[in-house]
Formats: sequence, C-alpha cells, structure tokens
Amino acid sequence: MTARIFDRTLIYGSAVVLAIWALIPFYLIAISALTPPSNVSDYPKALIPSSVSLATIELFLESGGVVAATLNSIVVALLTVVLGLVLGAPAAYALARFRFRGRGVFRAVVLVTKMFPIAILAIPLAAILVRLGLYDSLIGVAVVHTAMALPFVILIVGGVFVALPYDLEDAAETLGCGRLGAFRRVALPPAMPGLAAAAIFAFVISWNEVFAASILTVRTRTLPAQVLASLSTSPLALKFIAAFFMVLPAIVFILLIRRYLRTVWGPR
Amino acid sequence: MHTRTGQLLPFTLLLPSMAFLAVLILIPLAQAVLLSFATDDGGFTLENFRRMLADVNFSEAWRNTFLLLVIIVPLQVALALAIALLVNSRFRGHRWFFLIYTIPLAVSDLAAGLLWLTAFTERGYLNSVLQNAGVISQPVLWLSFDNFAGLVTAIVIAESWRTTAMVLLVLIAGLELIPREFFETAELFGAGRFRRTLHVVLPLLRPSLQSALIIRTIFAFQTFAVVFALAGRNLPVLAGEAYSWYATNQDERIAAAYGVVILALSIVAIVVYLRLLGTREAEAQG
Repeated sequence: MTARIFDRTLIYGSAVVLAIWALIPFYLIAISALTPPSNVSDYPKALIPSSVSLATIELFLESGGVVAATLNSIVVALLTVVLGLVLGAPAAYALARFRFRGRGVFRAVVLVTKMFPIAILAIPLAAILVRLGLYDSLIGVAVVHTAMALPFVILIVGGVFVALPYDLEDAAETLGCGRLGAFRRVALPPAMPGLAAAAIFAFVISWNEVFAASILTVRTRTLPAQVLASLSTSPLALKFIAAFFMVLPAIVFILLIRRYLRTVWGPR
Repeated sequence: MHTRTGQLLPFTLLLPSMAFLAVLILIPLAQAVLLSFATDDGGFTLENFRRMLADVNFSEAWRNTFLLLVIIVPLQVALALAIALLVNSRFRGHRWFFLIYTIPLAVSDLAAGLLWLTAFTERGYLNSVLQNAGVISQPVLWLSFDNFAGLVTAIVIAESWRTTAMVLLVLIAGLELIPREFFETAELFGAGRFRRTLHVVLPLLRPSLQSALIIRTIFAFQTFAVVFALAGRNLPVLAGEAYSWYATNQDERIAAAYGVVILALSIVAIVVYLRLLGTREAEAQG
C-alpha cells in the first residue's frame, strides 16, 4: 500500500514538474508581453507582475514594418496551405487507395523529403528565383515552404484516407456515381477534418520558417525573417513581444490538430 | 484497397507533387553543388571550400555545432523517453499532461530562443529568481561573449525544451505499437520497472529511436536561429555561417559551400545511424 502511494506521488510529482518545464517559457513571454516596456529594465523582477498593460503590444504594432511583416507571413502561410493541399491531397489519396508499381518509391520520396534539409536549398534557390523574377516575393517564399510542408500534408491526409473504408466509395461508384462523384460524395466529407489538420500543419510550418524566408527576401519580409534581421538592433522589449506574436497562433493551431500529430511523427 | 495495376489514375494524382518536389529539390541541389565549386565566370574551382576552411569562424562553427549536437540529442532523447514511459503508464489524467508536453512543438527555433531570452538576460527572470532567493548578490552575465559555458547552457536548454516534444511524439507512437501484454507479462515474471524498461521496451522501440535520432541529428545541423537569438554572433554554428555568408557577406558561393557541408553531414548521419542501429526491417519502418 505504501509502495503504491509512493508510486503515485512519484508519477504525479514528475508529471507536474515536467508540465512546469514545458509551460514556463510561455508564462515568461506572456508576462514580458503584457507588462509595460519598462519592465524589461526592472531588476530583480517579480515572477507575478503587479500590473498588466497593453503598452508593449502597442509599441510592437507601431514599430516599423512589423504589421506589414505579419501580413506577409499570413499571406505566405495561406499560399503554402493552398499549394500544399492542391499538390499533396491527390498524392495522399493515390498512396492510400491504390496498389501500383512504384508505390514504395513514392512513399520513400515522401519520407526522404520530410527529413531533407530543404532550407539549405534556399541559397541556390535564391539565384534561381532572381532569374525568374520571383526573388523577394511572397510567392517565391511560399513555393519553398510548400516543398517543406508537402510531405507532412501527404502523411496527414494519407492517414485519413487509409482509415476510411473503401467499400462505401466503391459501392457508390458501382451504383452510378462515377469515380469523381463517389470521391466527392463519399470519401471527401469524412476526410475534411484531416484536410483541415493538414492545412493547419502547413500553415504552422510556413509561419515558423525562418532560414529560407530570410535568404529569399530583402524587403518583403515575413515576421520571423524581419525579427531575425533586426535581432542585433531591436530593443529587448520588442524582441519579446515579437516572439509572443510568433508563438501565439502556433500554439492555438497545434492544440486544434493535436489528434493528428501522431500521424506526422509516428513510425511508418 | 483496390488492386488496379495498369491504371494511370494513381500516377496522374502523384505527378504534380512529385514533379514539384523534383524541381524544388533536384535542381537547387545540383545548383548548390555547382555554385560551391564555381568561379566568378562559371569555371571550376576549390577556392570556395578553401576560403570556407580558412575562415576563422569555420573551425569554431564546426566545433560548436557538434558540441551542441552531442549534448542536446542524447539529453532530449533520454528526456523524451522518460516522458514517453511516464505517459504510457496511463495514469489518470495522462492525456492532459501529454497535451501540455507537446505544446513546445508549435514553437519555431527563433521563437524558442527569444522565449528563453526572457530568462537568461542580465535583468532576466533567472537572475531575478536567484537574487530574490539570495543565491547571487549581483546579476550573472549568462549570455556574455566570454561566458562560453553560459551561452552553451542557454542554447542547450532552449533547444532541448523545444525539440523534446518532437522526439516524444515519435517515441509515443512507437510505444503504442508495443502490445500491453508485453508490459504485463514482464511484471508477472517479476521484472522491476527499470529492468522491464531496459529489456522489454528498448529493443522494441529501436525503429522509433532510430527515426527520432535521424530526424533530430539532421535538424541539429540546421540549428541557427535559436543560437542567433540567444548568443548573437558570439557562438558561430554551421547553418548560421551559411546565413551570414549569404546575407551579411553577400557571397553566395561560400554560403553554398556551407550548405553542401551540412547536406553531406546529414547524409553521413543517416548512414551511420542505419549502420549502428538498423536492420533493413527498421529501415522500412523508420
């Protein structure tokens, strides 16, 4: 009995300590963002702030280029979502639904791309995009982000289609729906949450990406590229509030798609 | 699953994405190699690599990248394994805790560096807590250019914090493939928790550990924004040098040479892990 109580204390004790470890940076960035900018120079700081203020957030919104960079980030991420789904969803469907010669090769391509350091290709891509007239453009960045997001889109969407019974789609086809009709009416509706999850994941990949975005742009910065470029010059308060804005949507999105996270990193 | 070999449909569906990836990976890949060996007028030269090697930052970048790798990767795999086993014990409320542990997954390396910067600056929260507790009497300069240990520690903490979540997901997915009976049988035969873990779980987790190690090592070669956020240019790393040569020094050929080095290291890492840990079977699953 005492052994069991000891066991439980150990389990919950370590679970709570680990939870604090996982959450503490979010707490620190939140109190840095929601206290006045002068808080940065206070010392020693209290772990529980005495007042809450939106002054730091206002400072962030007024500082040059940040709002534009945030909008750029949103546009690039949305383009990545659209391109990623348009290219990735059909591929995922093919890999999930059909057995064909070379299927293994295609699956291997997906796995290799998932791990491939695509950001490193940003340097030669910059030269290529200059020639195409797409350097320093949102579409150029979005294309590279799509290449990074594509394997994840294929894995998430593919996981959904594999889990759906094919019989229904087959039956609908036999009953005269036609291949496309069967797909649209039977396979697509239950796959929608998976497609949404893939879209969100693609958004987060693009929203977070900094290396390629920094290399491929000069003036049309995304938020991370803007923050990285001004790291050595911007005041601490501004860095903290920028991090707060970078992290906030990403957390919300990850919480939304938590059910699908395992498909992405699980063994395959 | 339908067997319709000879049908063109799957290939038609796969073509756009595969063509896209081929164009975006193979062409720049060839271009990167060509660029790293190119002279001004397009001739062949080893000069770019020679200049890269001769640069003062190269040996430091090399050392720091590997130092961070050998500290962070084992640390986070051990931590993730401990968390995975804890979650897998399915204590009441384990789902909520698991959700909390995966949240750092959403954070980019740049943001992770800035999040932990709130703790490590001169007037940051770490010094504040230590001062309030009376451990220190004046702020410690954790991130000063001459405090190498402080810089490395801060980066190790920030990067381990961020990426443990990813390894955790890989390992949890692997643990779920192991039938519960394995754990129960081991218990029945009196294996203690520690021995049970060692003898039953680890061998079965090998494919998952392998993919976790491969993914993390490859990503470790690309680490740079978390380093820039915490240490600025005071701690050169390989990917950071590639960025600096491109963005600051405006020399895309030396930047490309760094890119080629990082790519080569990633390939070597995969081969080494497959050799050390792998069977063909594990390769297929990983």
